[in-house]
Amino acid sequence: MPLTDTHFQLFNLTDSFEIDSAALAERFRELQRNTHPDKFANSSEQERRLAMQRATQVNEAYQTLKHPLKRGQYLLHLKGIEMKDEQAHSMDQMFLFEQMELREKLENMARQSDPVTALGQFMDNVEQRLRNLIQTLTQEFKQEDSNACQDTIRKLQFLYKLQEEALNLEEQFI
Amino acid sequence: MALLQISEPGQTAAPHEHRLAVGIDLGTTNSLVATVRSSMAETLPDEQKRHLLPSVVHYSADAAPLVGDEAQAKASQDPLNTIASVKRFMGRGLADVKSVGSRLPYDFIEEEGMPRIRTVVGALSPVQVSADILRSLRSRAESSLGGELTGVVITVPAYFDDAQRQATKDAARLAGLNVLRLLNEPTAAAVAYGLDKAAEGVYAIYDLGGGTFDISILRLQRGVFEVMSTAGDSALGGDDMDRLVAQWIMQQADIAEDAEHKHIRQLVSMARAAKETLTQQDTAPLSLQFDNGQQWQGQLTRTQFNTLIEPLIQKTLMPCRRALRDAGIASDAIHEVVMIGGSTRVPRVREKVAEFFQRQPHVDIDPDKVVAIGAAIQADVLAGNKPDSDMLLLDVTPLSLGLETMGGLTEKVIPRNTTIPVAKAQEFTTFKDGQTAMAIHVVQGERELVTDCRSLARFELRGIPPMVAGAARIRVTFQVDADGLLSVAAQEQTTGVYSEITVKPSYGLADNDIESMLREAMENAGDDATKRALREQQVEADRVVNALKAALKADGQQLLKRSEFDTVNLRLNNLLNIMRGTDPQAIKIAIDELEQTTRDFAARRMDKAIQMAMQGKALDEFDTETEH
Repeated sequence: MPLTDTHFQLFNLTDSFEIDSAALAERFRELQRNTHPDKFANSSEQERRLAMQRATQVNEAYQTLKHPLKRGQYLLHLKGIEMKDEQAHSMDQMFLFEQMELREKLENMARQSDPVTALGQFMDNVEQRLRNLIQTLTQEFKQEDSNACQDTIRKLQFLYKLQEEALNLEEQFI
Repeated sequence: MALLQISEPGQTAAPHEHRLAVGIDLGTTNSLVATVRSSMAETLPDEQKRHLLPSVVHYSADAAPLVGDEAQAKASQDPLNTIASVKRFMGRGLADVKSVGSRLPYDFIEEEGMPRIRTVVGALSPVQVSADILRSLRSRAESSLGGELTGVVITVPAYFDDAQRQATKDAARLAGLNVLRLLNEPTAAAVAYGLDKAAEGVYAIYDLGGGTFDISILRLQRGVFEVMSTAGDSALGGDDMDRLVAQWIMQQADIAEDAEHKHIRQLVSMARAAKETLTQQDTAPLSLQFDNGQQWQGQLTRTQFNTLIEPLIQKTLMPCRRALRDAGIASDAIHEVVMIGGSTRVPRVREKVAEFFQRQPHVDIDPDKVVAIGAAIQADVLAGNKPDSDMLLLDVTPLSLGLETMGGLTEKVIPRNTTIPVAKAQEFTTFKDGQTAMAIHVVQGERELVTDCRSLARFELRGIPPMVAGAARIRVTFQVDADGLLSVAAQEQTTGVYSEITVKPSYGLADNDIESMLREAMENAGDDATKRALREQQVEADRVVNALKAALKADGQQLLKRSEFDTVNLRLNNLLNIMRGTDPQAIKIAIDELEQTTRDFAARRMDKAIQMAMQGKALDEFDTETEH
């Protein structure tokens, strides 16, 4: 199993956006059981270095495969498609308009009478949108529609960024 | 004739030898050492049956340093030479030191980086003071176990940053200890607790010690302890409660802000005693008598005490929220909340934590000993005494690791709560024609501005081949190992030239500081440097030989060609001869040669290990698992 293996190969999975997260977590633990530097505490310096390299690779692969956005981007990368930072105007106008509204709502959150509850609802809304997009992306990968995949991945990037900002705001409230 | 045995599979392996390994809890207030004996993990007492060693060192001009209770006894009489809570200064700057009243607790030497403390034996780094505590624990362990220690696991707060971890490892090195691993305290507690209860599920470990606070969320599943998130405050603990109480007494008793060091020490220990009384009683009597004739009588009620410490407890709940969020779970997904650290004995702390997590926390394990016990269990496994152990600890980086970019902003390279070991590469380019050097500033923290984060180190890259601006592509790799320690490597991509890196740690000790401290320590111990070097090389040679013998026995026939096998044997034989000699340099060369020869073999074995992980694991086996 050389270092040049893909993350999917390392986890013995076929290249697919749909993933069984329980199986993924279990394989992660199995792989770590065999590569973690602690399993080589009594080995030579060289083997310890190797173990660290492998365990690092396993962690990297797991982080990528576990996260829908990173997994989607990685799958496209394997298909030879590199996503570029494209101009916003090439995106769905409707979606951008919604994003602007959502952002405005988030910026005004602190002025709400009950900002904590309002933010909670806002985050549920974002969560639901993320779930829908991930479902769409699953279909698009099944249909091997790379252009549609790229569009959806870009939308996912927007929403994850929004979610992160909402979480940062929550930290300020509490 | 070891070599003959190797070529006959199934006939090697000396009877398994039990290696002496211990776990050390190097605490702010108290330290402990524990080991596994006849499959029982237990803390080791001193000759007077005391398990806890107060983390206090007293220095005098004409005698060896005193450590523990004997040092503690000197605190108010010789305050400036009696160093307590030194853990709070590890990897920290003078600006981080907190005081009671207007005086700093010790005679600090103002300098950049980690401050040194002026004592009768000279200026001491916190690393040297910590090393004295570790030496005391080492000799306790070696005399009670009857032999030299193979290795130790030392615990650190999960929220310790790179500088604090590095300082701890340096202290161990000064004390002549072989560190198998730096282990996070909450993870150590989870090991002790989880193995004890054969627990499965998600656990929150709330660890409030003398000087540090950690919260860790872990998933326990069939021997794997997977840290999902961690948060905390590496300068928050019982000491801060004592300080608040001492300040309150100062106001009540009308004591001047610039009171003498010995009086402040007296106040602080009275404050601590009152805090301890209030864990059982509703009021604690206070009675002061200074040697300058000043007297005062009073009392502290639990209600008053609770009011005083309320802000401190609140400060622990915010990280709890963040840890839950980073783990991506709600508090009802937690099976149990386990409380460790001496400060969780304070009833108000327990109440507030119960309220926050909406369940009664577990307090039935000795909060003082559990960390050392967990470390001992891990040390036993890492030393190789439990070859069949399933236990595996997967920890995370507590703080995001970033780089300074234009305008003093931080660019995150490795986000917090990433499972370690982890590596990230970043590309840089030159902005001037013919530029051959470049500086990189590494910081740790969550804030956007570099000045709000902790400076870890400045790296200087030299030897970049001169090119036009923007043509060079320098790939810098940041690696965080299983101890949570950072290392950096850089390579120019277009020419493949490795850049030279000089590291200037912001709060740590430079390598030559360590060298000179080591030399000093050896002179004091009457130890001979060459003897020590020889011993170190022999230990490493031993490790290499044993590891290789085991590897050859397991996979030699399968993974090596006959000719390769013979070459490896030749080199092994060579090392076995040379390691009996007295030349450390020759042994080192023989080890390096052997490792050169076995590089491919080691890589093949690693590949095999990965394949093994996947074989015999049919898909349906995975499908029965559910993840929540």
